[in-house]
Amino acid sequence: MAVCIAVIAKENYPLYIRSVPTQNELKFHYTVHTSLDVVEEKISAVGKSLGDQRELYLGLLYPTEDYKVYGYVTNSKVKFVIVVDSSNTSLRDNEIRSMFRKLHNSFTDVMCNPFHNPGDTIQSKAFDGIVSAMMVQTG
Amino acid sequence: MADEAPFQFLHSELIQYITKSAESGDTENARNITKLEIMGFRVGQGLIERLTKDTVRFKDELDIMKFICKDFWTCVFKKQIDNLRTNHQGIYVLQDNKFRLLSQLSAGKQYLEQAPKYLAFTCGLVRGALSNLGVKSIVTAEVSVMPACKFQVMIQKM
Repeated sequence: MAVCIAVIAKENYPLYIRSVPTQNELKFHYTVHTSLDVVEEKISAVGKSLGDQRELYLGLLYPTEDYKVYGYVTNSKVKFVIVVDSSNTSLRDNEIRSMFRKLHNSFTDVMCNPFHNPGDTIQSKAFDGIVSAMMVQTG
Repeated sequence: MADEAPFQFLHSELIQYITKSAESGDTENARNITKLEIMGFRVGQGLIERLTKDTVRFKDELDIMKFICKDFWTCVFKKQIDNLRTNHQGIYVLQDNKFRLLSQLSAGKQYLEQAPKYLAFTCGLVRGALSNLGVKSIVTAEVSVMPACKFQVMIQKM
């Protein structure tokens, strides 16, 4: 389903990034990096106009020729970015939402793990498993 | 989330454990309080992550403080903060007229000098919660008559 899933810390450094094994892994890193500006823009818009979205889910950040990039920001300003293949048109907004929800739930578990140091990269196997499940479902 | 009795017992045992395992002396006392504060900090970080999972994004600082006073306090202490005051310049005073961790100590002024160690964990809890929401702060506590307690939150501007 997803081709790249990333978790970015409050201070904008990567906590976790995983992409499908292809030759150009770097490209995904660039894509995620670029998306942070859009995320920033969307968050700073909050509170300025009435009736704006105060949801954690930010929706589609930007489409590129081959990929669609979706974003989600937790209340603790941790960003989740999911990149999906544009050719996968069957993917609904709801499914993306539920993916983010799962990711967030798992991330919360990681944060509440006393052996995890907040701010460190994520090494949890459970989290890894959740991410793998989302990547595998590629049609 | 935390059940009433186990949390109170665990908390008082924690204080016992930390004070007993350190040697006596005034400097040690300050270190014990720091230790408790740091523990609270880590717990606060984790707890706020879980509590804010399904809430909408906060509008501003005051919105965050309200959340701490209502939802966060209810989750930990089974009651809301009784009074929240602010000077709108980064200082918030949270008043709890019957602070749960002090409610088992005899009311009045008898055990006043024991109070700091019973408040350190909570100060850390609030500081940890705020820091994870992106608000750097200094939290201090103040007791004049026993179960009532005031927490002062000073926001550190970047």
